[in-house]
Amino acid sequence: MTARKILLGNEAIAYGLLEAGCTLAASYPGTPASEVLGTLARLRGEAPWPLHVEWSINEKVAFEVALANSYCGRRSAAIMKQVGLNVAADPLMSAAYTGVKGGFVLVAADDPGPHSSQTEQDSRFMAMAAKIPVLDPSSPEEARQLVSSALALSEKYEIPVMLRPTTRICHARQDMEPGLFAPEGKEEAVFEKNPARWAATPRFRLLLHRQLNEKLSRIAAEPALAPRRVTPPDGPATELRPPMALPREICIVASGAVLSYLQEVMADLGVLEDVPLFAVTMPFPLSQAFRQNILSIYSRVLVLEETCPVIEMQLQDRHRVDGRLNGFVPSAGELLPEVVEEIVRRFLELPTGTPVGAPSSPGRRPTLCAGCPHRASFHAIKKVFPKAIYPGDIGCYTLGLNLGAVDTVLCMGASISQAAGFYHATRATLDDPPPICATIGDSTFFHSGIPALINAVVQGARFTLVILDNGTTAMTGHQPTPAAGRRLDGSPVPAVRIPDLVKACGVRFLAEEDPYQFESFTSALEKARAHTESENGGIAVVIAKHPCLMDRSRLAGKPARRVTVTVSDRCKGCGICISQFECPALQATGEKSPIRIDKALCTGCGVCVHACPQGALETM
Amino acid sequence: MQQIIISGLGGQGVLFITRLLAETALTLNHSVLISETHGMAQRGGNVISHLKVNPRESGLREANIPFTSPLIRPGRADILIALHADALLVHGSYLKPDGTVFLNTSEPSHATALDATAIATALGSSVSANLVLVGFTAGSGLLFSPPEAVLETIRRLGGKRLEISLKAFQAGWDEARSRLID
Repeated sequence: MTARKILLGNEAIAYGLLEAGCTLAASYPGTPASEVLGTLARLRGEAPWPLHVEWSINEKVAFEVALANSYCGRRSAAIMKQVGLNVAADPLMSAAYTGVKGGFVLVAADDPGPHSSQTEQDSRFMAMAAKIPVLDPSSPEEARQLVSSALALSEKYEIPVMLRPTTRICHARQDMEPGLFAPEGKEEAVFEKNPARWAATPRFRLLLHRQLNEKLSRIAAEPALAPRRVTPPDGPATELRPPMALPREICIVASGAVLSYLQEVMADLGVLEDVPLFAVTMPFPLSQAFRQNILSIYSRVLVLEETCPVIEMQLQDRHRVDGRLNGFVPSAGELLPEVVEEIVRRFLELPTGTPVGAPSSPGRRPTLCAGCPHRASFHAIKKVFPKAIYPGDIGCYTLGLNLGAVDTVLCMGASISQAAGFYHATRATLDDPPPICATIGDSTFFHSGIPALINAVVQGARFTLVILDNGTTAMTGHQPTPAAGRRLDGSPVPAVRIPDLVKACGVRFLAEEDPYQFESFTSALEKARAHTESENGGIAVVIAKHPCLMDRSRLAGKPARRVTVTVSDRCKGCGICISQFECPALQATGEKSPIRIDKALCTGCGVCVHACPQGALETM
Repeated sequence: MQQIIISGLGGQGVLFITRLLAETALTLNHSVLISETHGMAQRGGNVISHLKVNPRESGLREANIPFTSPLIRPGRADILIALHADALLVHGSYLKPDGTVFLNTSEPSHATALDATAIATALGSSVSANLVLVGFTAGSGLLFSPPEAVLETIRRLGGKRLEISLKAFQAGWDEARSRLID
């Protein structure tokens, strides 16, 4: 039997961390980065050294916890998605100056497309802004190998190093042969005090900045991470001379997943042997020699990378370089292989390919699961707060959009701060301002909702906040929240309770109800609304508490089905339940014809009986 | 190299089938590249997996064809395994002109379409329709792997649903066999 394993890109990164002797990893879940830490937690027992693995409360905290471990000379990792890196930008910028001791790798996963994110931002720009090196893997296997390179580079120059995979690396699978889990770094924590560095004042910061610049120029010249020629394969890998047979002096420079598409596309076009293809493993700092040579040798250079022109902007000759800056490559959207093929055809002046028919259907939009407690909450919110402003947040419950119960989605925690902003805006200018009802999930509340809630309270804002507490981080794969009362290894720790936090933030109205209990939940929302409108009122918080139905770890052994719902002959097929409630178990059978209930999907929550204006949905 | 698109709705087991075929490929000494859908789309939306398999032994491999991209280009897939009739509309454009679609539909109208859900429901497990369709695909002889090797992987992966999984796969395989005889 072969020792080869098929690993998801994110699993491969976890293997890489263990092969390189990582001693602490901290993360906050977010697609496409979520599976790295979960894999580490699963494999931790196989590493012959103590490894601390944590789901931190947010990305800033994760970064700082991991950084201190590195200050102690131990290899460390902070893992997050690209928008999570925005949250961790503060420690990132500063840590570039202080530097590190033990190897420190920052895994920042980007999402060109975007598939599951608010933005298509390029974390390599964050690396440039912070002035730290960034490595850009082009396959799951390379991602695994580059973890070791990143930690070694980090240790050699005492600088944080970013590993930047994209969705097509994180969520690709590839067969590979993982190495042994080896304690390469130091295990013993030794923190050497050095206030001029670890607690540097602005005067010392200037010195650190100069040191940082000097580190970067030496890193740019690191031969192991220099751009390499992929094809034609003859000659030394770093040779820049074009094959003599080539009539035009042109080449292609690429990094990341696009590089993997290019090789197949160029083979199909029959140009793999004729057009030099250069792979850039470290887009920043880009080798100075490469920057100069490529422009002195080639008259035209096509640069393909995701999602922003990071390599391209370091190739300064605007007359020779085709890319995003001159509109040759589209400036938004994923560079799918078919897009890459068309760009390469245009660059090589080949005829355009046979157009492939577009999909004949746009497909189904995502929706909340059948029986999802969030659907019950949103239905009650729309009933108690018709025509309200609904600030929303990041999680499964963003899909409240489909139900008309989410008006804004900005970033983690913004539902609460924006509810306050909407309050100040509308109260100042409208005679009859609309009510405001914000929704946020439990994990997102922990992540960045708490400072926003304190701020709203002390600024005298008034709105209703519904905390959708399903006891887990559902969207990203059911990671535990601080309310779980246990660590990843199962050991007990104090559970941090949301009601205690809400009260401590200064909120004077707090109710906790199960949204499945529709009448009592609706009644709690009505009382909350009354509090926000009363003379001495303020912010009202209702915690909608019901576990996620998909969280098998919490529901094991519990009876899921509560009631059986049937469709009576009063159903005239008006479709209101389908358009307003959107439960996947409720299905249309045609115009004016009664709906049907898909028994395989129905969980028997019974909430839909409140969604039918005819009372045609009945429980047995 | 064989390029396979597996398409269905969230919850239909697209990821499971992809894993099953990929693990089978590994036992046959093939390399695999896969791209999966994760995150929000899994909540009831259309889910797609790209699976590419390529023999590791150089003698069996097409010469000088790089095997690097985890994504299949539109018009290039040899096989589309469509767990839902919708899948054909949404992801049918990945199929090459002479490719084959194995379609689960309540109204089968061509040689490689079948009502896998009805067969699975008759076995007492409508959610096993995915394995019925995989059994049907493997039984057709067009898959990179013989059905015996897939069956062996199902056994090896085990789990609580092993017995029904084996039955569902076998039912799909039997259906393919009966059609080949016809």
